[in-house]
Amino acid sequence: MGEQRILQKASLGELFAKLIAGGQRILAPVKSDDRVEFAAVKTPDQIAGDYIQTTTSAKTAVFPRYETMLRFRLKGKDVDVDELTPEAKPTVLFGVHPCDAASFATLKAVFTWDSADAYVEPKLEKTTIIGLSCTKGDAYCFCTSVGGGPGDTRGSDILLTPIDATKYLAEILTDKGRAIVAAAPQLFTPANGEAKEPVLAKIAPRFAADKLAQKLSALFGKTDVWLNQSLRCIGCGACAYACPTCTCFDIQDERQRYGGVRMRCWDACGFGMFTLHASGHNPRAKQSERWRQRIMHKFSYQPERLKVLGCVGCGRCSRACPTDMNLGEHMQSLAETTV
Amino acid sequence: MEALQKKARALLEAGTVKVVIGYTAGTDVERARAFFARNAEQTQQLIFDARCCQNLATYLMKPEVKALGKAALVCVPGALRTLMQYAVENQLADETVLALAVTDAGEVVELPKFAAVEEYLAKMPRGLTPEQQQELDRIDKLPLEERWAFWAAELARCVKCYACRAACPLCYCSRCITDVNQPQWVPVASDPLGNLEWNVVRAMHLAGRCVDCGSCADACPEGIRIDLLNHVLAREASAHFGAEPGYSTRKDYALSAYKPDDKEEFIR
Repeated sequence: MGEQRILQKASLGELFAKLIAGGQRILAPVKSDDRVEFAAVKTPDQIAGDYIQTTTSAKTAVFPRYETMLRFRLKGKDVDVDELTPEAKPTVLFGVHPCDAASFATLKAVFTWDSADAYVEPKLEKTTIIGLSCTKGDAYCFCTSVGGGPGDTRGSDILLTPIDATKYLAEILTDKGRAIVAAAPQLFTPANGEAKEPVLAKIAPRFAADKLAQKLSALFGKTDVWLNQSLRCIGCGACAYACPTCTCFDIQDERQRYGGVRMRCWDACGFGMFTLHASGHNPRAKQSERWRQRIMHKFSYQPERLKVLGCVGCGRCSRACPTDMNLGEHMQSLAETTV
Repeated sequence: MEALQKKARALLEAGTVKVVIGYTAGTDVERARAFFARNAEQTQQLIFDARCCQNLATYLMKPEVKALGKAALVCVPGALRTLMQYAVENQLADETVLALAVTDAGEVVELPKFAAVEEYLAKMPRGLTPEQQQELDRIDKLPLEERWAFWAAELARCVKCYACRAACPLCYCSRCITDVNQPQWVPVASDPLGNLEWNVVRAMHLAGRCVDCGSCADACPEGIRIDLLNHVLAREASAHFGAEPGYSTRKDYALSAYKPDDKEEFIR
C-alpha cells in the first residue's frame, strides 16, 4: 500500500516545475485531434482529461518503435563502426494507468533476463512512474482478470487516485517515489485514512489468468479452437504495436552504397515473415498458429519462464484491432473450453 | 436482418455454400465484426446495419477461409467492386463465390455471377463521398509546404503495423514488396523515410486498382487518412487512362494493359 499522502490537484503545476527544474522530462497523456498519446509536457493543463487509454502504450518511453544502434562506413577493405548509445533521459511518466504501470515488470523481466539490454535497461533505470488510478473503464478492459485492478499499485512509484474534484490520494511506493516527494515535500500533506476504492472503476473479472496458464498447454493441440478464434484475424501488427508488454524486435541494416545504419525496429508475431526461415520453411505458416503463439507466449511461456504475465489487460490490442479481436473475450472463451 | 438470416440458413441447409461470411455484433454498440456462419444455428448471429463496413472480400484471399469451402459473401458496395477487380486480376473464377447484397429496404439480393454483380453495381452511385471530396479539395488547395507538413504529420504516426495492407482486399500479394529483403527495397523502420516510402509505395501499387472501399483508413489504428492518397492516384489513373476499377470485369486495368493510344506526356 505504501505511505499515504494527499496531493492537491492545484499544486501539480508546482510539482511539475520542481521536477523539470531538477532535470526531469515529464511525459503525460496529451490530447491531439481525437486521440490521446504520451508526450512531453511542461504544465498540467496540457494533460488530457477524459479518456480511457492512450492509443500507444507507455512502453514507447523506454522501447521506441525504432532505434539506431550503430553507424557503419566502408573504408577500403575495412568497416568503420560507431556504436551509438542512446541517451537515457531522467523521465517522469505521469498519469500512467495501473495496467500500463504493471507492464513495466514484464518489460524489465524481458530486457534483463540474461543480461541488461543496453538500450532499454538504462531508460528503465531513469524512469519514474506516477500512476493514476482508473475511475472508468470500457468493454475492452480486463485488468482484474490478469492480477491487476483499476487501483493496483504494482509498477507505480507513486500512485495517485483522484478521490474528489480537488485532490489525489498519493501512495508513495518506492525509493523513486520518495525522491519525487523529496523534491517538493510541502505539497504532499498527511492523509487521514481516505479510501480510494469508492472512486475506482468497476471491472468485472472475466477469467483467472493464473488458472488458465496451467490449462493452456493442454489446449495447444486443439487446432479448431485456435482456428475458430482467428478466422477473422487479418494478420497485421496493430495488436502487438499497441501492446504495452510486446517486446519483439528485429535488427535491420539500412544500407546505402558505402555505409549505413543498424536499427532495431518493432516486430510482430502476427506477420507471416516473423518466423519465416531462410530455407523457406515457416514453422508458423498459418494465421491460427500465429494467434496461438501470441496467446501462449503471453499467458503460458512468459509466466513459466519469467514469472510474469505478458498481458496487463489494458485492452489496447482489441481497441486497435481492425477486426475487433477482443482478447478478454477470447481468453474467457479459452477458460470456458473443456480440455 | 431477418431476411439475411433466412437466406443464409437456406443456403447452408441446401448445401449451396459451406460458409456465409457476414457480420455479427462487435465489442461495443458501434462495432460489428466479421462472422463465419457454417451451420444453420450460427446464422442467427448475422446482422446487417450501418456498423457493417469492413470489406469482407479480403477474406476470400485468406487460405484458412478458402479451406472452409464455397462461400456466400455479404457485400457492402466496396466488396462488390472488389469482386469485379478480383475477376479482372484473375484472382477469382466466376461462380466460385455467391455475393449477397442487402438493399436499403433490407432485401437480400443473390448475385451468383460476375455479370449479375456488374449489373447491380451499374445502378449504384459512383465517385467519392462528399466528405472524401471535401477533404481532398482542402488538401489540394494547400500550398506545397503546408501540404508536405500535413502528410509529414500524418505519416509520422505510422507504426508500420501494416493493418492497411492486411485490411486491403487488393493487397493480396503472397510476398509484398516491403517483405522482400534481399535487397530491402522499402526501409523497415517506421522513421520518416520508411513511413513515406511504405505509404507511397502502397498507394502507387494500387493506382488504377483501388476500388475505394475505405478499409485501409478504417483499419489504421493511428487514424491516418491513407485512403486520400489512393483517391489522388485514382483520379490520376482515371484522367490519364480512363480507369474506373471495380465496375466491370474487362481485363484492361491501367497497370497491366498496353494501349497504342496511351498518352505519353509523362515521359520527359
